[in-house]
Amino acid sequence: MRITVRVNGEERQADCWEGESLLYALREQLGFPGSKNACEQGECGSCSVLLDGTLVCACLVLAAQADGHDVATVEGLAAGEELHPVQQAFVDAGAVQCGFCTPGLVVATADLLRQKPSPTDDEIREALSGNLCRCTGYAKIFDAVRAAAQ
Amino acid sequence: MTQTAAPRRLQVGKIGELVPRLDAPPKVKGEFAYASDLSAPGMLWGHTLRSPHAHARILSIDISDAVTMPGVHAVMTHDDVPGEKRYGLEFADQPVLAIERVLYYGEPVAIVAADHPEQARRAAERIRVEYEPLEPVADMERATGQADLHPERPTQGHGYRQDDRPNVVRTLVIRHGDPDTEGDVSVNGVYELGIQDQAFLGPESGLAVPDGEGGIDIYVATQWLHVDRGQIAPCLDLPLEQVRVHLGGVGGAFGGREDLSMQIHGAMLALHTNRPVKFVYNREESFTGHVHRHPARIWAEHRATKEGRLVSVRMRILLDGGAYASSSTAVCSNAASFALGPYDVPNALIESTAVYTNNPPCGAMRGFGAVQTCFAGEAQMDKLAAALAIDPVELRLLNALAPGDSLPTGQVIAGSLPIAELIRAAAALEPPPAEELPRDPLRLPGGAGNTTHGEGVRRGVGFAVGFKNIAYSEGFDDCCAARVRLFEDGSAEVHCAAAEVGQGVSGVILQVARTELGVDDVRLAPPGTAGVGSSGSASASRMTWMAAGAVRDACRAALEERDRRGDRSEVDVERIYRHLPTTPLDPETGQLTGERAHVALAACAMKVVAEVDVELGLTRVVWIGAAQDIGKAINPQQVEGQIEGGTAQGLGLALMEEIQTRDGLITNASFTDYLIPTALDMPPVESVLIEDPEPDAPYGVKGVGEPPTVVSTAAIASALRAATGRELTRVPVRPDDICL
Repeated sequence: MRITVRVNGEERQADCWEGESLLYALREQLGFPGSKNACEQGECGSCSVLLDGTLVCACLVLAAQADGHDVATVEGLAAGEELHPVQQAFVDAGAVQCGFCTPGLVVATADLLRQKPSPTDDEIREALSGNLCRCTGYAKIFDAVRAAAQ
Repeated sequence: MTQTAAPRRLQVGKIGELVPRLDAPPKVKGEFAYASDLSAPGMLWGHTLRSPHAHARILSIDISDAVTMPGVHAVMTHDDVPGEKRYGLEFADQPVLAIERVLYYGEPVAIVAADHPEQARRAAERIRVEYEPLEPVADMERATGQADLHPERPTQGHGYRQDDRPNVVRTLVIRHGDPDTEGDVSVNGVYELGIQDQAFLGPESGLAVPDGEGGIDIYVATQWLHVDRGQIAPCLDLPLEQVRVHLGGVGGAFGGREDLSMQIHGAMLALHTNRPVKFVYNREESFTGHVHRHPARIWAEHRATKEGRLVSVRMRILLDGGAYASSSTAVCSNAASFALGPYDVPNALIESTAVYTNNPPCGAMRGFGAVQTCFAGEAQMDKLAAALAIDPVELRLLNALAPGDSLPTGQVIAGSLPIAELIRAAAALEPPPAEELPRDPLRLPGGAGNTTHGEGVRRGVGFAVGFKNIAYSEGFDDCCAARVRLFEDGSAEVHCAAAEVGQGVSGVILQVARTELGVDDVRLAPPGTAGVGSSGSASASRMTWMAAGAVRDACRAALEERDRRGDRSEVDVERIYRHLPTTPLDPETGQLTGERAHVALAACAMKVVAEVDVELGLTRVVWIGAAQDIGKAINPQQVEGQIEGGTAQGLGLALMEEIQTRDGLITNASFTDYLIPTALDMPPVESVLIEDPEPDAPYGVKGVGEPPTVVSTAAIASALRAATGRELTRVPVRPDDICL
């Protein structure tokens, strides 16, 4: 089936098999491989995107469900070469190692700070508890979120 | 084709400076090309049909339906492997595709290439494999009395101790002094560790691209490009030059990418179809797609004087290597070599055995054998402290190993090893005061799942010390090549095959080059097997040391060459760096046969505060203080990141991570059922970096990745023991173990 999705403000079309996830369509059909495929079962948050402004795991949404909707991915955060403040904070804090979880964490953090500009440490931990990271032990990710919140 | 394919001009600081990672900006923007992000025109998708049995005879394989499925371009079995049918990291005991028998759940049996991954998956379902299930060898203790899974004994005759029992991969006995020496007190224990998964987030992935002339380019997430090539080429029946392996972006490794995954399969399908073929494992498949940390059973007896000096230690270590050898022989040796912990013990008898079973294959994972014995040994030290009524930290200080002392193999510690300093530094860290009740459930053991007001919460403080070797050991020719080009315009390019797996080695390489060359304009050539020699693997906490040595030597040689010429013409030199040589252990006594079996050692001491809800069996690690022996920090921010991340993986093994098996079948191959620590599970980690330069290492560096993982499982278990009074002899600790 043919779907039309507005990705980061631009309308895109793709021919999808009905069983494809939004994550697969973004990565393989629509040209947005930034969202990552770490578990594809909604447990790790690496594919976090905003669907009509709501944070979702793109692996749990069918591509067909996104037909006619707005999707915001990690690729849409930076303004050209200038990083989004959350992205810059992740770079500066040393919150990136292998970086496979990073796109999802950056999207989730930007969403958190949009809703709660000054979260407490517990609020940060709870908000990001659906985003698994295997490299950092999270400490420098928390540093980045605190820095971005300022 | 790949984002890493074009040399990038990068600016970084010099050694010891705190500099942001070079790959961080593309990673935060979603622009970094991981192996799973690669594509090529005309690309097909590969899929692997895997065994549903842990042990079975293959009676027949019928691909006739599968090949006619829509979109399918190739279906291949062991009959189609062009060259050698078997490969292996150290011993070629593993079939590329199963021949006659399957020895573990998830073993590859056939491969498919199709236009769409779903077509490939559906075609694989239509391959008819007739199995005759056989009784699995599922228990490591019974394995040495059951039928031999590898009657050809592939690991025998490599200088290891003769052990004719069935299914023995390797046995090592280390006899040191007189192990029968009596002490005033003795403590005993039997310890057990479950199977841990590396659970790197980037699943096994790669793209194989035929070159049109019979050769192949493979872009893959791996830890050692050249050794991959050495295993791939014979199976494809190609000369090494026709197999080029390139580093695809790596989403974490932790040992799990030392062995091959899709490399040969992708190349077979690509060469057969003359189309690029991409594999991306899903998470369930990833649990069968790589080797794991060895589960272990350990029997220990520690004897000491009434003053607390260790007199003798006896330890028997049993490691389940699973179906194939992988690096089990080295893990077996490491477990034995560090079994006594960083303590001066005059007498010891250590027997370490790794066995074949039909359980998931095990091999390298961060800590590499030392994790298992640290858990057992440190539990014994706590038990001994209690038996002697000595403070556990004092007991460790009293026995702390120091330069000039001997390891049980007879190796005298010649380099840096500041154990007492580490113990004092970790012990001096002040944990936060106990929090009042009632409090937000998020701050109770079990977090939001806690249904009480915290009435059953008990607090405990634990302590542990652990150490392991840096770099390869026991006579392995450990080397790393680097190539440096100086251009007429004053810029430079560095080429090293070292795998950037997330640990930051590409930054290290550039920091060293900038420091040595005195120029800022240094490019990094993409890692690959063409154009530069082997770097060795990104493992054993060796890559920073080895790459720094090789790049340093190549930079210095390049500058010398330019001076000799006296002009600005282009210089291109390659140098191979080796650390001091090591020698094997005597197969009968486990004693040194030369000056050293290990080139250097690194350690970490850890203090942990944990709370246990003893009514519900829930835990919360409140705070961790770590003091680590790092030699010299090339990039302090990255060192802290290694300590925090390594600690988290040890926390996972202590509290939640275990691959569950039933008769060899994995029953929890998902992140729903195999839990790794989340943002709510990790406490703050306070790190003290102890810089005591390693005399024979470039710039005095040591590896930093493994020591925190070696010790944190033991330290967290120690805190839970202090909170509950239970012995807690098995990790991961289960709710039933800590309900009082």
